[in-house]
Amino acid sequence: MSTTAVAPTTGVNYLNAQYGIRSWLLTTDHKRIALLYLGSVTFFFLIGGAAAVLMRLHLIEPQGALLEPATYNKMFSMHGIIMVFFFLIPSIPAVMGNFLVPMMVGARDLAFPRLNLLSWYVYIVGGLFTLYAVVAGGVDTGWTFYTPLSTTYANGNVMAAALGVFITGFSSILTGLNFVVTIHKMRAPGLTWFRLPLFLWAIYATSIIMILGTPVLAITLLLVALERTFHVGIFDPALGGDPILFQHLFWFYSHPAVYIMILPSMGVVSELVTCFSRKRIFGYSFVAFSSVAIAVISFLVWGHHMFVSGQSVYAGLVFSALSFAVAIPSAIKVFNWTATLYKGSVSYQAPMLYALGFIGLFTMGGLTGLFLASLATDIHLHDTYFVIAHFHYIMVGGALMGYLGGLHFWWPKMTGRLYPDGWARFSALVIFIGFNLTFFPQYILGYLGMPRRYAVYPEEFQVLNVMSSAGASILAVGYLIPLVYFIWSIRYGPPAGPNPWGAKGLEWETPSPPPTENFEEVPVVEEEAYAYGEKEAHVV
Amino acid sequence: MSEVRSAALAEQFEDLDQQHEASSLGMWVFLATEIMFFGGLFAGYSVYRGLYFPGFDAGSALLNVKVGALNTALLLCSSLTMALGVRAATLGKRRELATFLVLTILLGLTFVGIKLGVEWHHDYLEHLAPGINFAYEGPNARAVELFFVFYFFMTGVHALHMVVGVSILAVLLWMTFRGRFGPERYNPVEMAGLYWHFVDIIWIFLYPLLYLIGAHH
Repeated sequence: MSTTAVAPTTGVNYLNAQYGIRSWLLTTDHKRIALLYLGSVTFFFLIGGAAAVLMRLHLIEPQGALLEPATYNKMFSMHGIIMVFFFLIPSIPAVMGNFLVPMMVGARDLAFPRLNLLSWYVYIVGGLFTLYAVVAGGVDTGWTFYTPLSTTYANGNVMAAALGVFITGFSSILTGLNFVVTIHKMRAPGLTWFRLPLFLWAIYATSIIMILGTPVLAITLLLVALERTFHVGIFDPALGGDPILFQHLFWFYSHPAVYIMILPSMGVVSELVTCFSRKRIFGYSFVAFSSVAIAVISFLVWGHHMFVSGQSVYAGLVFSALSFAVAIPSAIKVFNWTATLYKGSVSYQAPMLYALGFIGLFTMGGLTGLFLASLATDIHLHDTYFVIAHFHYIMVGGALMGYLGGLHFWWPKMTGRLYPDGWARFSALVIFIGFNLTFFPQYILGYLGMPRRYAVYPEEFQVLNVMSSAGASILAVGYLIPLVYFIWSIRYGPPAGPNPWGAKGLEWETPSPPPTENFEEVPVVEEEAYAYGEKEAHVV
Repeated sequence: MSEVRSAALAEQFEDLDQQHEASSLGMWVFLATEIMFFGGLFAGYSVYRGLYFPGFDAGSALLNVKVGALNTALLLCSSLTMALGVRAATLGKRRELATFLVLTILLGLTFVGIKLGVEWHHDYLEHLAPGINFAYEGPNARAVELFFVFYFFMTGVHALHMVVGVSILAVLLWMTFRGRFGPERYNPVEMAGLYWHFVDIIWIFLYPLLYLIGAHH
């Protein structure tokens, strides 16, 4: 950690410009809205996490240690719905994207500040509907709302939950729209597309998916609501409908949604790896275009969720081949990050530990994804714990590690305070160990044939399940430590100064915390992104 | 940089050009989301029309093509008056703008009135409302019902967009009377115009898909 603790910035900043609850609830400042989102996604993360804790406790014994089978179904549904729609999808875009997009392009705010505030309220209303569904007795459809389970057999709370997801979708549409317009139209003079930080390329690609994918989910959920309300056969085969159509429409959004969760994390890792290697990113344009490529291909692979659903074998072949194609831009990123590390002056501060954890865990998650993209192996592994382990390596090992890495990286900018680096490195380590202990046994469980979503299992699976539950408790501790020292640092952390990491990028050229208008005057960009170690050359 | 900032310029923008370009792009992006929204419906429609063509054909024959055609004509005229209104706004002609906004609103309201008051009402009386009173004697009854599910849902979502559009135009009319628009500030009218034309185009697709399935025989 940098010891050049600058004297505390006494000036007016976005945090102390105004006081009072009204100044927060009616703010149009993108930085304050980012903090509103930070608070709310953390709240939902804790609820979704609590559900996971109950599930892992339950699975310690083969016959189930804790819950009724029906309650167990509600737990994994709640865990999935809340974690996917209310934590992972808004996490990096709505928190770090909101905070950083205007600062990284050198603007005073996003293009549509009031729309931005509206998106937070929409998110909260959607969240309230979903919480109502939980409190009213829960939903047991899983986060996928498959028909005809959701339209015919599930209890009525499924309507409230689906409505909550429907409403929250508009929040992510508005956020994506705001980012696209801001990145297109509000870049500072000299900030060309190929001088943008790679985080912005990733956020841009993410926004495209949010804009084009989310409306399809919205109409799909409306059709589910219509079928449920009027008992007409849109998806119910007994009434002439086609349940496979629901799966097509659902995965048309929900597979790209996986990339809404992982792409922003990849953007964060690109920032962290260059900063802590003190080196330009290797192959800037490859990393930038791989984000766009992932966004485009993501819309063409949804059928790999449906290999065993009865869709045409030829469709399965094409979807399988296209799914393999996504591995190419993903691998480009991993190779470029590692090439950036090569001969860099690597330092292992807390954000970097998260970034390195991301690279390892994402690689494992990505490679096991290829098992599932192969038609034949998927027949064996479909709907087993192998799938659970795979997507948790992507979403927790990937997306969440990136989120935490980014939070540790930009926390001093957001709050103007430093957190204790030792504790932060310790928690990164605890999370890495706890994560692997939780989810690696699930690969083996799935390979041995344990199906997902079951409340009971044969006795021979107990050892691996206990290992997984033990890992989950370590993981939970790992998440609670940052929660404590982040809150501690707001009050007691030493002042961070404008640029504690010695990082490049416009956001580091203003005080921490930044003033309400971000920059005193519009910055002019004269160098490439990540011009680490080139400063001297410019001076001469 | 230190020039006097126009009152029409929001504080996050540098100049009016940037503001105008940003709101245009924002509107087009929004319309892209709308296309995907309706796109899901059109995809579902296409699948079932392919699966159950005879039923869809029979269902379509129960609709009144002439009333549908009249509504199509009304909507096309409203797009013309909307376009003329946008032109009046860019030229700063407030009286003309108000006139064209009123005309567009009236045409839009007539469309919705005919759609709900005449067509839906008639379909209801004929026992063609799925989930409420659907009763159809004949072959492919299930498929005919599915056709009417899509018919009511697609035209219903479209009518909802019309109502939203009319409300926006009403606000614009009020703003026009308050003297809010001038040659420097006509952005909202232009954006509302884009939205209005979009809703119009959706109908251009809905009309043949729903009303004209059997037109070739």
